Amino acid sequence: MAWEYVVNGINGAIKLVVNGDPELVDIAIRSVKVSGIAAVLAAIIGVPVGVVLGLSRFKGRGLLKSIFNALLGIPTVVMGLILYLFLAPAGPLGFLGLLYTEMGISFGQMLLILPIVISFTVSSIESVEREIRDLALTLGANKIQIMFKIVEESLSGIVLSIIAAFNRAVAELGIALMVGGNIFVRGGGLNTRVLTTSIQMYVARGEIDYALALGTILIAIVFTITAISNYLQKKWVGYD
Amino acid sequence: MKRLAIAIVTVLAILVLGVGYQYHIQSQHRVLTISTTTSLYDTGLLEEAIAPTFKEKYGIELHFIPKGTGAAIQDAKNGVSDAIMVHARSKELKFMEEGYGVNRKVFAYNFFVIVGPRDDPAGIKGLTPVDALKKIAQAGREGKAIWVSRDDGSGTNTKEIALWKMAGFDYSKIKNESWFVSTGTGMGATLNYANTKKAYTLSDTGTYLKFRKEGLIDLDALVDKGEELINVYAIILINPEKFDKDFEGAKLLVNWLTNEEGQRIIGEFGKNRFGKPLFYPIVDVLREKKEPYFSWIAKYGLIEDDGEVTECPEKFRYGKEMTFFEFEKQ
Repeated sequence: MAWEYVVNGINGAIKLVVNGDPELVDIAIRSVKVSGIAAVLAAIIGVPVGVVLGLSRFKGRGLLKSIFNALLGIPTVVMGLILYLFLAPAGPLGFLGLLYTEMGISFGQMLLILPIVISFTVSSIESVEREIRDLALTLGANKIQIMFKIVEESLSGIVLSIIAAFNRAVAELGIALMVGGNIFVRGGGLNTRVLTTSIQMYVARGEIDYALALGTILIAIVFTITAISNYLQKKWVGYD
Repeated sequence: MKRLAIAIVTVLAILVLGVGYQYHIQSQHRVLTISTTTSLYDTGLLEEAIAPTFKEKYGIELHFIPKGTGAAIQDAKNGVSDAIMVHARSKELKFMEEGYGVNRKVFAYNFFVIVGPRDDPAGIKGLTPVDALKKIAQAGREGKAIWVSRDDGSGTNTKEIALWKMAGFDYSKIKNESWFVSTGTGMGATLNYANTKKAYTLSDTGTYLKFRKEGLIDLDALVDKGEELINVYAIILINPEKFDKDFEGAKLLVNWLTNEEGQRIIGEFGKNRFGKPLFYPIVDVLREKKEPYFSWIAKYGLIEDDGEVTECPEKFRYGKEMTFFEFEKQ
């Protein structure tokens, strides 16, 4: 019994993945899409904020940094609950109509991963800043040129932060479940079922092979993205 | 600098277009959001049988949000849903009294079962539900049995609390005893837990049969007779004066669910796979007063209103286009 269960589950998973079960593919694509949008949004907002925070010196900067650092570990269930209350039609942001939509999940995940992008951007800027500033000054560069050089040098760290943010978004369950609602209609255009929510649903229903198949895909996505980012970094930086 | 500006503008433009496109898609689809109980959802009835047929027929997508009855009602109070599908009469009544729900219609019934390990350490097989619970409590206190409770405010949980009361126990007190385990999750997860722990629990037949037939659990249905175990599912519309939801669409759904086609789909779901239906259509039973189910449904599923029993008391009816069953009180 004991191992048979696991082996059967993995067998079923492989079969489903190999056969390209359309429902499975649909869910996987939605996961990447929703979390990808979240990562892009977080980058658009987070990178500029991180660059400013990393380059400037003002009162309260340390406090701001530690707030973002603290928010790195915010539990996704709490985030999901707060977002649900805000986005419900009776809530303050209800008029946006985001609850139980793909956009709602993207929005929530964007808020979740924003601190990751900001914090990592700040630290990668700080790590190259002093060296470059001194060097560039001795070479007679002006302020703007220095700024661009610093951002350029910390680019690989910034990209890494966005990748890490995407991985957190695609793997989280709390927001996807509470804001997304795990909606699935065959042939429907407004489904919100993603990998994590369907895994928990199939586990609850006892359909372990499906859950395992989806889990395999989720891990594959995370590994692939990480591998690509590693490759790009090597290429850019030019050493291992 | 210029390149950066172009890049930013392009990304923003794509975003705006994307968001606009999403809203456009959303406005293209007519959607009903239905908060529902996990016992209806976990069997697959809603997504596999009801949603596809209804969409084909009326072009309306049904979005089911599975939660316990308590949470489903909370969802509706937050203005999320167009209707709720639940099974806890006392909570339904409160929902309507608070002004959120109108036009309650019953659409299906089945039975709760007390399930437990095959060796049945408490010796409840074939007893009445009330006697069975007494035995389980006794065996539990002797350390021979475990009871698993959903404890999630769901319809099944509401029924369980009522059954414990009939057996002479206060749910809020026995909850703290060591043989009494709360899972706080849906029916499927609770059955899995009870199976692992070789414990007793109360389940709706639909979920139990599905899990049993698919070999996911090894628990036996030990007590499945007794009028107390009847389980009546109702759909309640959201009061259009409270929230501006798709009342007309929800009405279409209710009327379709209780007409011939809807009732047939409910009655046939799972028949091939499980040997018997998971849910029974209710309309014929009420129309033809088929005993004994008719009296049981009247007693546990309908609501008293001014000397009559009815699906929906008159003060909670909205509009004139829907009809409701009314019977003389017996």
